[in-house]
Amino acid sequence: MLARDFVAALGPAAVVTDRVQLRTYECDGLTAYRCIPGLVVLPETAAQVAYVVRRCAEESAPFVARGAGTGLSGGALPVATGVLVVLSRLTAIRSVSVDDERVVVEPGVVNLDVSRAVAADGYFYAPDPSSQQVCTIGGNVAENSGGAHCLKYGFTAHHVTGLEVVLPDGSVERFGGLAPDPVGYDVVGALVGSEGTLGIVTEVTVRVVRAPERVETVLAGFRSMDDAGEAVSAIVAAGVLPAAVEMMDALSIEAAESAVACGYPPGAAAVLIVELDGPADEVGAELAEVEAICERANAFEVRVASSAEDRVAIWRGRKSAFAAMGRISRDYIVQDGVVPRTSLPQVLHAIGVLSAESGIRVANVFHAGDGNLHPLVLFDASAGETEAAEAVSERILELCIEHGGSITGEHGVGNDKKKHMGRMFTAVDLDVMQLVRCAFDPANLCNPGKVFPTPRLCGERPGRRTGVHPVQAAGLGEVF
Amino acid sequence: MAAVSPSSVDELAAALRDTGSAPVRVTGGGSKASWGGVARPADVELSTRGLDRIVEHAEGDFVVTVEAGARLADVQEAVGGKGQWLALDPPEPDATVGGVVACAASGPRRLRFGTPRDLLIGVTVVLPDGTVARSGGKVVKNVAGYDLGKLFCGAFGTLGVVAQCTFRLHPQPRAVRCVSVAADDPGPLVAALRRSPFRPSAVEYHGERLSVVIEAFEAAADAQAEQVRALVGGTVASGVPAAFGVRPWGPAEVGLKATFRLGALSEVLALVSKGFRVSAHAASGVMWLGAAWVDADLLAELRARVAEYDGTVVVVTAPDEVKRELDVWGPVRGVEVMRAIRDRFDPDRRMNPGVLDVI
Ligand SMILES: Cc1cc2nc3c(=O)[nH]c(=O)nc-3n(C[C@H](O)[C@H](O)[C@H](O)COP(=O)(O)OP(=O)(O)OC[C@H]3O[C@@H](n4cnc5c(N)ncnc54)[C@H](O)[C@@H]3O)c2cc1C
Repeated sequence: MLARDFVAALGPAAVVTDRVQLRTYECDGLTAYRCIPGLVVLPETAAQVAYVVRRCAEESAPFVARGAGTGLSGGALPVATGVLVVLSRLTAIRSVSVDDERVVVEPGVVNLDVSRAVAADGYFYAPDPSSQQVCTIGGNVAENSGGAHCLKYGFTAHHVTGLEVVLPDGSVERFGGLAPDPVGYDVVGALVGSEGTLGIVTEVTVRVVRAPERVETVLAGFRSMDDAGEAVSAIVAAGVLPAAVEMMDALSIEAAESAVACGYPPGAAAVLIVELDGPADEVGAELAEVEAICERANAFEVRVASSAEDRVAIWRGRKSAFAAMGRISRDYIVQDGVVPRTSLPQVLHAIGVLSAESGIRVANVFHAGDGNLHPLVLFDASAGETEAAEAVSERILELCIEHGGSITGEHGVGNDKKKHMGRMFTAVDLDVMQLVRCAFDPANLCNPGKVFPTPRLCGERPGRRTGVHPVQAAGLGEVF
Repeated sequence: MAAVSPSSVDELAAALRDTGSAPVRVTGGGSKASWGGVARPADVELSTRGLDRIVEHAEGDFVVTVEAGARLADVQEAVGGKGQWLALDPPEPDATVGGVVACAASGPRRLRFGTPRDLLIGVTVVLPDGTVARSGGKVVKNVAGYDLGKLFCGAFGTLGVVAQCTFRLHPQPRAVRCVSVAADDPGPLVAALRRSPFRPSAVEYHGERLSVVIEAFEAAADAQAEQVRALVGGTVASGVPAAFGVRPWGPAEVGLKATFRLGALSEVLALVSKGFRVSAHAASGVMWLGAAWVDADLLAELRARVAEYDGTVVVVTAPDEVKRELDVWGPVRGVEVMRAIRDRFDPDRRMNPGVLDVI
């Protein structure tokens, strides 16, 4: 019935019912989870999105938003009995106002296209996930995506000032806009990072940033990870806030070399990429400081990119690292965890021990400046190593939690990590978060089954509570 | 009225649990007690001042965890000893961290560092029924779960009490320079600055003067200040002016806050320059306005005109009898959703009644 209505309203080209075609939407970038959606729709306007959601609400059909499908936590995993709403046809850049430092886009606009739209004016869109050539702004908003340059510039949450959202009942609301500090609750802040569980975003107002006058990229080779880590701590302690601080270990350097021959310092046990940007004088002063710090931390080679091509060459190794793993391992798991920066050396050691004990290799490529680890757990499924690799990967997350960190720095919880949420948060914490969900989506139709290990029952409408709070009744009230 | 001043999160939770659905007024330092709508009488006055510990300063990580009743100034002093600071500079003296968060109070350096929402990385809140919950954590980069901190920033205590906050810190600037220039219309100067390579920490317009604050390495600060001076004119000083960031209103006066799209500075200034004292975060699209008295028609007119620049005008503070004549908050985009959120967190609407009645 929904399919018929959608064909009538959106046209046959916007509705996918064929089983073979449906299969192409069965997973996002995390292919371990698959589910063929009941129906796929490809609306072209916000009004069509609203219509689709309204009909889903009327029929109590679950629905899931999807951008480019590059998510790495199974956030866009479809529901078998539901509708997958693909936003990739909403690609208009609605307005560019450099004077206001704002760009208004539809959710299917690709991240890099925002920067392209303002490049000629000397501006850029700061959040730069490595997937920026394909991932969509809608997906970025849902995941609060970050990237290498978020250390200085912040994440998606810091760059979105307005949203138009189709709420789970099909109504359309706007929050925020071109101006800062909208009146009332910071609903924009609540929506960013909510992983598509509170509604479908149909328009995004983003802040764009003036391109820096000068950029310097430093590549430093170290004989040990500890020395490289020492350098990172010293840079931060010196009050320098680089645009990016990325670290790679020997195994990831090996993979990158074999894939793109990036020519990193031979024999390095670790390399550090430090990028500085800003006004020319300031960058000059910071560069001198960073070079001196690297040398004091026993870097055996420190290179400074002397041209734009040089800079691209330095980044090529880092950016190819994930894809390059295929060169040194048949299969791999990309993990995403965070630790306080000062715990990096300890955690890296512990990962080394874990790897040695299990015989499962782990390559480390990460955003060192903010303690965001991306361990790549290498294995061979055909040799029966899958379980061991998964165990190592999970143990790494436990290490992150034990050190006061997080189970995800940028890839989101999605379907993949909801089982770990209970280790970071109490049942009460999760229940309270779900009050927000209940306010938006009491029927639990919008991307159900994601983020939270157990859905909270919202009740028909919030009434006055009488007697004991359910949390207390369940004996959870004292769990702080 | 019962006054309670818990000294631990547990006591705070118990205080709320034990008082059922009685209306509660939450207070911190009292520096913004007059902000928002007219507060209705409450049965319980809950002060956070007993919760004033600095729980942990993770120096190497540039992160601090503090209880909500700690004074912002005390936090600055504690972390300042290590060359760090919490990059929030609202001017109200005696403000507590919880009050700054609840009112989303901001100051000049929001241009570079943002507002409380941008620096708050973890929060412990106590709901009106005494439930204690946490979101976020102790690391800057973290996307696990919903970010309740964002919702509690600027909620004026209506969703529950902020009990403990974890913030990202920044290194203290090594050198401060301020370029100051007289300007009737600072719009063109601010536009020129925006397109320049410089990244001032603050660009303030106050008393017909534009102040551009450069905070950088010693070696770079002078050169940059000189270049900024060449761009906008005026003089360079090695500190900020005396009235820097001070709200442009006195104790029994009316204070408004206007926001607008960044490029509309000149236009919005032209609307207010006759009737108001102005202190603007000139490159941030935020303006504070002071006057002895404002009437409802004038406010409505101003709102309509500022809305043309996608902006809003709220009454920040005023004597109660003046507020009663005014629509304090004005229209709120997306208010239905906000109401639904409030209903879920505080179904009895017991928290800070009157202050944010528009939701
Ligand atoms: C090679 C590679 C590198 C990556 N590098 C990074 C990185 O550096 N940093 C980083 O943060 N991430 C990275 N990612 C992860 C991924 O690219 C981001 O999470 C991205 O934001 C997802 O965008 P998408 O358009 O592909 O969204 P999808 O994968 O399609 O969806 C992601 C989530 O967003 C929801 N969603 C999508 N559109 C909307 C909408 N309009 N309204 C509401 N919800 C919506 C979906 O329901 C889902 O929950 C990488 C992924 C790959 C494959």
